[in-house]
Amino acid sequence: MPDTTRSAHGAPTPADRGLPTVDISGWTCPTPVRDQPRVVMGHGGGGALSAELVQQIFAPAFGGEILAQLGDSAAVSLGGVRLAFSTDSYVVRPLFFPGGCIGDLAVNGTVNDLAMSGARAAYLSCGFILEEGVEMPVVAGVADAMGVAARAAGVEVATGDTKVVEAGHGDGVYLNTAGIGLIPAGVDLRPQRVVPGDVVIVSGDIGLHGVAIMSVREGLEFGVEIESDCAALGGLVETMLAVTPDLHVLRDPTRGGLAAALCEIATASCTGIVIEERAVPVPSAVANACAILGLDPMYVANEGKLVAFVPRAHADAVLDAMRAHPLGAGAAVIGETVETHPGMVVARTPLGGTRVVDLPLGEQLPRIC
Amino acid sequence: MKYLDEFQDPQLARRLLDEIRATVTRPWALMEVCGGQTHTIIRHGIDQLLPDNVELIHGPGCPVCVTPLEVIDKALEIASRPDVIFCSFGDMLRVPGSDRDLFQVRSHGGDVRVVYSPLDALKIAQQNPHREVVFFGIGFETTAPPNAMTVHQARKLGIPNFSLLVSHVRVPPAIEAIMTSPSCRVQAFLAAGHVCSVMGTQEYPELAERFRVPIVVTGFEPLDILEGIRRTVRQLERGEHTVDNAYPRAVRPEGNPAAQAMLADVFEVTDRAWRGIGTIAASGWRLSERYRAYDAEYRFSVDGITTREPAACRSGEVLQGLIKPHECEAFGATCTPRSPLGATMVSSEGACAAYYLYRRLGTPSTPQEASPVA
Repeated sequence: MPDTTRSAHGAPTPADRGLPTVDISGWTCPTPVRDQPRVVMGHGGGGALSAELVQQIFAPAFGGEILAQLGDSAAVSLGGVRLAFSTDSYVVRPLFFPGGCIGDLAVNGTVNDLAMSGARAAYLSCGFILEEGVEMPVVAGVADAMGVAARAAGVEVATGDTKVVEAGHGDGVYLNTAGIGLIPAGVDLRPQRVVPGDVVIVSGDIGLHGVAIMSVREGLEFGVEIESDCAALGGLVETMLAVTPDLHVLRDPTRGGLAAALCEIATASCTGIVIEERAVPVPSAVANACAILGLDPMYVANEGKLVAFVPRAHADAVLDAMRAHPLGAGAAVIGETVETHPGMVVARTPLGGTRVVDLPLGEQLPRIC
Repeated sequence: MKYLDEFQDPQLARRLLDEIRATVTRPWALMEVCGGQTHTIIRHGIDQLLPDNVELIHGPGCPVCVTPLEVIDKALEIASRPDVIFCSFGDMLRVPGSDRDLFQVRSHGGDVRVVYSPLDALKIAQQNPHREVVFFGIGFETTAPPNAMTVHQARKLGIPNFSLLVSHVRVPPAIEAIMTSPSCRVQAFLAAGHVCSVMGTQEYPELAERFRVPIVVTGFEPLDILEGIRRTVRQLERGEHTVDNAYPRAVRPEGNPAAQAMLADVFEVTDRAWRGIGTIAASGWRLSERYRAYDAEYRFSVDGITTREPAACRSGEVLQGLIKPHECEAFGATCTPRSPLGATMVSSEGACAAYYLYRRLGTPSTPQEASPVA
């Protein structure tokens, strides 16, 4: 038991004044609950909870070797042809937001997942889950947007399905898209190919989509309208592969943002990643919005960006090619892979310090103060 | 928000760091009171850039962490009721009670909503007259005035279905508790600028004098923190112990009288339990008698709460600088970033996680300059 009769400074203690003494030597902080008996929103946040859900429930249940690689899309061989195959579901609210809508998102998201395998998307499927009562013009608006996005991406929506759920059991429109595309010969994009010395390139400003959605969903105003960066990246990836097919890995940093994508690659490749924070392109509107809400732009979702791990010998040429493409005009080298701290991402701060960039547990939450 | 860049300028930061290095002649232990300051310090790696003999001890100023378990359990109980819409700031949803958190309440069908202002919760109450709307009012002197104003508005507008679950805490009694603790190593304080922007600086001279510690009111951007440290160290080296305002762009000595008047009208000072610390006399606020009808604890008669604190780690001692992370028996064994026992290992900003990631691997805490990239 500590001696509570005299403070370390010889000053009168609370006990002298008739108050209980607090012993601060036992201070502890509460730890977030990890063992969730039911699904919580964090399981869909692209962080550690999402990864645990897949690794502990889905992967063991399905048991496939391809699934176990946990890529954004699967690289499969069929009749001697290498295909990329991917699916994604879209539950965004509101359905229409600055810079796009759920329809664009559903096309571009799956096109981009395929592009991260090096594949040009060829065919998509589309599943509509409609809520009873949603207005027909809304459904038509979403469908039209999908058509426009598909044509722009050079992909055909070849098959689809529609279901309706009772009023109150959905947010108007949920979508699922799946897609296939051919992986060009000589292209092998996997985290396992990353080696120390690779250069890390991001294709442009980060955080736009997440902040755009937040601003309309929560009615927050940041002084300037921020638009989603929703875009199909197939063309940009083709441009990069034209410089060299020897890119090591590509990721589109959607849920969980750039940080989650980097952490996943660091873990899967068993290499360390060092990021120069000042080099990461964060538009001032995003930085300001994140500062107000206590969020980190590195964890905010993107829908039209990619991060590339490129052999150092090709980095300059790939960067130049990216900057010559409209969707890569803001491309920047943000760091490199290293032998030290394998599996971990470290950011060097503008002041010269360092911090660890971790996989978020679930979704980022606005801080109290 | 043009100040963001100006207050993160690396060249100015280097000048301040040089001045701090030139000033310090012996070891000093400073406590930054506020969790927001801790966040900036870790986010920008400021702790690694300081000279070795300037130690920062992270204070108890994280409102999320210090909200007592009993209040969290009451929140969980109230939020579970079918007639309630429970509104909270985002980061409270992840704070564990005895056996669950607000996310789990939501997954069981509870109507738990994240809001960005207590006034949003009041609006929800107006829009849902047949349901009880409860706002989780936690935090220091910074968040207390808007919560007070919201209750004041609810009463003024006659909105009967709104109430506040209150667990507000005050900084000065916490400083007193820290300074009178037998294990105290703190020699100076960086006071929380946002708190002082409300309360002013009048509460601090008595504490500085009684405990002979410098108290420097400090802001939250990197240069604010460094300037606060510079002024604190200068006082320590000179043997001074005064209250100094290093955040004059936001803090006036008298604070915000309108906010103080609102606090005095709506709240009354009470003893308050701090999670992981214990009860500190006169360290909190509760709704005053005039506003008792808006107190969720009374309205919902949440009695018979039996709390059960999960097994503790030694993060408290780490936070005070009493032990280094690797001196904890659980470090790296039963406690890792993947299976943390305490907040210092949960967050990448935590001392234990930083030690785990760097020291465990035998790499220096400040990595070598990597080769320049294009």
